[in-house]
Amino acid sequence: MTWMAWTLPTAIFFAAIALALLVLIALELKRPTLTSRGWLPMATTRGDRFFISLLGAAFIHLLWLGLTPWNAFYASGLASVWLVVIMAKG
Amino acid sequence: MAAMAQNKTKDNRAWLGVLPVMLIVAFSGVIPLMTVVNYSVQDILDFNTRFFVGFEWYRETLTDPRFIDAFLRQLGFSAAVLAIEIPLGILIARGMPTQGLRASLLLVLLATPLLIPWNVVGTIWQIYARSDIGLLGVTLNQLGFSFNYTAEPLHAWLTLLAMDIWHWTSLVALLAFAGLTSVPAACYQAAELDGASKWQVFRHVELPRLKGVLVIAVLLRLMDSFMIYTEPFVLTGGGPGNTTTFLSQYLATMAVGQFDLGPAAAFSVIYFLFILLFSWLFYTSVMRSEEDS
Repeated sequence: MTWMAWTLPTAIFFAAIALALLVLIALELKRPTLTSRGWLPMATTRGDRFFISLLGAAFIHLLWLGLTPWNAFYASGLASVWLVVIMAKG
Repeated sequence: MAAMAQNKTKDNRAWLGVLPVMLIVAFSGVIPLMTVVNYSVQDILDFNTRFFVGFEWYRETLTDPRFIDAFLRQLGFSAAVLAIEIPLGILIARGMPTQGLRASLLLVLLATPLLIPWNVVGTIWQIYARSDIGLLGVTLNQLGFSFNYTAEPLHAWLTLLAMDIWHWTSLVALLAFAGLTSVPAACYQAAELDGASKWQVFRHVELPRLKGVLVIAVLLRLMDSFMIYTEPFVLTGGGPGNTTTFLSQYLATMAVGQFDLGPAAAFSVIYFLFILLFSWLFYTSVMRSEEDS
């Protein structure tokens, strides 16, 4: 695995995504998702909202890094809020 | 019915059939992408010497004027390619005979540019457009246009666009042709009885049935034009100046030319995210309009 050039932060990041996917699978088996409409302009499933949350979180970071000189931890905080909001109300 | 639905949710053996594909995708896509993400947060001096730098390469890339210029050029190129190739492809497909020897001959002719490798297409156009020995370049100069794609940015852009249209419009035309052949003759007869104009037939009979293939055509052309590399590399080499340097060429210079693996990895992740965003936005908007209709 050395060739993959792992670092602790990236390992935690990918482990968190893998864990989230496992949780989504478990939830799907226990309580199958229903397409529903919330704040987003289209009906979404739980998986759709997860994808939108992740993509949105990535772009929040890119915008933050491209437009502000401030620390990226603020962007991570903002992205976490976005993630929770979209998963719950999206 | 309820029992069937219950069986569907409980019997998950079909997932085993998908397992080989998942493994191949992981091996050829997911794991390399994870490696690129790992590279993007480090300063890599050699195989054993690397330092964690956080988001530094991302910030550097996103504020790099050359990256922003290449990105804007890329957007302009993809927009122009889509705006020309999609309508032109549909127009060609509508004008084609649906059966007989002429149809077969035209299909073979249309498929020919698609069989030519990218670097060969670049070379063909590089010679064809030259102002000293190329048929196109010499003819334009004889007609009084001072054409020189190696010195004039506008000429370089027009040559690149003409080359891409020549190479890829056939794909759109073939896909649209396949879509049009699936329109039942009864629909045309009904439209004729109703006295529909040619435009109305296209808008209300053909276009709804073409939607599926056009989504594929637009997605393929969007992604392909957004990652174009070989043809401009052979034809213009990114010049004159940097006026035809697109994202992938700038990325290749960074990764292979300068071996700046960390910045190049951050660049790749940003590039990937934009392609993912465009494809998702496009796919979602088309699916939404399909649901609405």
